[in-house]
Formats: sequence, C-alpha cells, structure tokens
Amino acid sequence: MAIKVANNQSLTAITALPSAVSGGAMTLLSTQTASSSSTISFTSGIDSTYDEYVFKFYDLNPATDDKKFQFNLSADGGSNYNVTKTTTFFSAYHDESDSATNLGYRTGNDLAQGTGVQFFTDSAGNGSDESAAGELHLFAPSSTTFVKHFYSRTSTYYTSNYAFDVFVAGYANTTSAVNAVQFSVESGGNFDGVIKMYGVA
Amino acid sequence: MGRGPVGAPAIIRYVNNSLASVDDVSGINDSMVLIKTLTASSSATLSFVNGTSDVVFDGTYPIYLFKFINMHPNGNAKQFKFQVDTGTNTSYNQTLTTSTFTAYHNEDDDSTSLGYNDVDHAQGTGFQHLSISTGNDNDQTVSGTLHLYDPSNTTFVKHFLARSSTYTANDHCYDLYVGGYFNTTTALTRVQFKYDGDTIDAGVIKMYGVS
Repeated sequence: MAIKVANNQSLTAITALPSAVSGGAMTLLSTQTASSSSTISFTSGIDSTYDEYVFKFYDLNPATDDKKFQFNLSADGGSNYNVTKTTTFFSAYHDESDSATNLGYRTGNDLAQGTGVQFFTDSAGNGSDESAAGELHLFAPSSTTFVKHFYSRTSTYYTSNYAFDVFVAGYANTTSAVNAVQFSVESGGNFDGVIKMYGVA
Repeated sequence: MGRGPVGAPAIIRYVNNSLASVDDVSGINDSMVLIKTLTASSSATLSFVNGTSDVVFDGTYPIYLFKFINMHPNGNAKQFKFQVDTGTNTSYNQTLTTSTFTAYHNEDDDSTSLGYNDVDHAQGTGFQHLSISTGNDNDQTVSGTLHLYDPSNTTFVKHFLARSSTYTANDHCYDLYVGGYFNTTTALTRVQFKYDGDTIDAGVIKMYGVS
C-alpha cells in the first residue's frame, strides 16, 4: 500500500489515529444553519456515545421582532417533541440608556411538569444587528434510569435595546432515552442563525 | 514527508488507513483532554489524586474541569459536596470562602425563588455543596460541572466555579451556582467528592484538563 503524502499540510485517506494520539474531549458532531427556518432539529447522534451534549448557538435572529427562542426534547427520534420538564428561568438585564437594571426569577418562562417548549432567551429583536447567542448542556440523554438534567445560559439583544443574560436549568422528567432536540422561535416564526452540537467524551 | 536517517524507524507508517507509531500530532484540537473517569457504585467517596491511577492534577493544565453526571445518593435529601487537599494529606479540609445562589421551581408550580442560598463557607474547612437535597427516588440525581483554576500555583489562592441541576427530594429543580476560592498558596494535589453522611449509590465523574 502506498505511503500517503502530505497534501496541503494534511494527510489524505487517513481514517484512524493511534490510541496514543488525543483527539480532544469535545467533538463537533453537527452544524446546522437556519435560514428563514421554522425549526432546527437534531435527530441523530444523540445516544450513549457521550455523557454530555453541548449545543452552541449564535447569530439567532428572529424574522419577527420581539420573539423568544425555545427548545424541546423528543424521546421518539423527533416524531414528537413533548417530553415532560420542570425548569427554572431567571435573568439579569441592563438597557443601553443605562436606566434599567434587574436580576430576578421569571415565573412566566419556566415549566412545572410541562410538555411544551422551554424558552432559553428573552425576546430578541429582529433588527439587522440584533440576535441571541449561548449554549445548552444536556446530560446523559440516553439514560433509561434517571431524569435528564440540562442547563443553558444565553445573551439576548432584547427588542427594546437591553442586554439580557438568561439562565435556564431543569430536568426532563422521563426515564426514556431522549434522542432528539428541536430549536425554534415562539409563535411559529422563522429565524436565522447557527446551531452546533458537540459530544463531550 | 521525508525519509528518516538510515536505520531509523519510519516516521509514519500507513497501515489500513491508520497511522501507526504516532503518539503526538500537533494541530489537533486537544485543548480539553479527558484525564480520568470514575464511576460510583455504593461508593463512600470518589477521589482524584495526582499521580494515582493515571490522574494528572498538577501544573500540566492551568484549568481542571470536573463533570459530575447523575450522582444518585443512597439516602434521601443528601448533599453532594467536594473538598481538596495538598501534598499527601487525606483530611480534605482546606480553608475556603465561597458564595452560593440558587433558582428553584417545584413540580407543583407553586414555589419559585431566586436568591442567595446559605450553603456557603467563610473561611470554613468543610466540604462545599454541589447540590441541594438530592432525592433518592430511582430517577433523582444531580448533574453539573466544576472548574478549578490553576491548582498547582504556589503564589495565589485557588479559585473555582460550579453550576449544577438537582432533582430534589421534595420534587424541585434547583439551579445551584457556587463560586469561591481555597485560601491557600500550597499546591493542591487531590479532589474528593461525596454525599454528606451517605454513600454515592451511582454516578459518573469525569476529570478533564483544559489547556
């Protein structure tokens, strides 16, 4: 078999490395780009391979002004996004005119054994420079013994020019394996943005 | 890709689409490296000790990250905690000062809160909470992360940050934040996790080095 040669500083046709070579503990599994999309769904690759999955999202821009981004979980591969969840939601904010600040719990944005979507941002503006970004951690989704813990932190460019720092945590109250995650914007709107899914070994 | 000196082994050998005899490849993103995984099974404690069982906890990495996943207590309403120690000491009683706050919400939807939670330390030497009253129902656990910064430094204190999600004994979800420092300039060599006054029935803790 021919020895492979360096091709623009890369090695072609190499599909495996020796075990002694560390490839890092965090692996990018999938990148999806929303472009006037109503949903972005990750329906494959969420299994027992990793004990933690991390979703990083940025440049989330709703088509309609004043909309929150949201997610839900599925235990049937994405046929239904309706897993029962209990969550907390709190935020800190500050406006651009330096006239309003707050840190507080937001009762309207949490879930108590709810099966609907969970907000993970505040109401983002749809201006050309307005968006939300952050990350969501999902622990051991394939466990069939325990609930599925998750938490997120995001920054939102709020519709009326506030910086919102949003914290969400909770658990999917099911012992069925969670194997799909869907992101969307409230009221069925469309959005742009990038969402990446990583597995953490 | 050049040939090595006469008589020297080949630098790289291409075998069945794999690279043999290579133990380091620069440029690969390994800024976060899994060092050790410990799995609890009715365990009194789980400890990561530098130089033991392949654990590296020294100046190799400036940041160490621990992910604790589905830590399930044997008894009900138990506090998952951690402490550190230095040298070959095994008392796990380093002085620490911390701040702690929580958000919570119950499944009955009649109780929510965001506020300071007095599970902190002020120059204490006990273990630091990483959960709030974890339930021991079959599906109840706590999961989260702990970052420990520059533990081998001999000039500064040792900072840490943690966040966790707990399914509590009374069916609340608790979002716990912990920040603080071990008030010592001695290098840390070990970290221990446990359920206070109980055993860890099940759970996995992974230790990473972050470059």
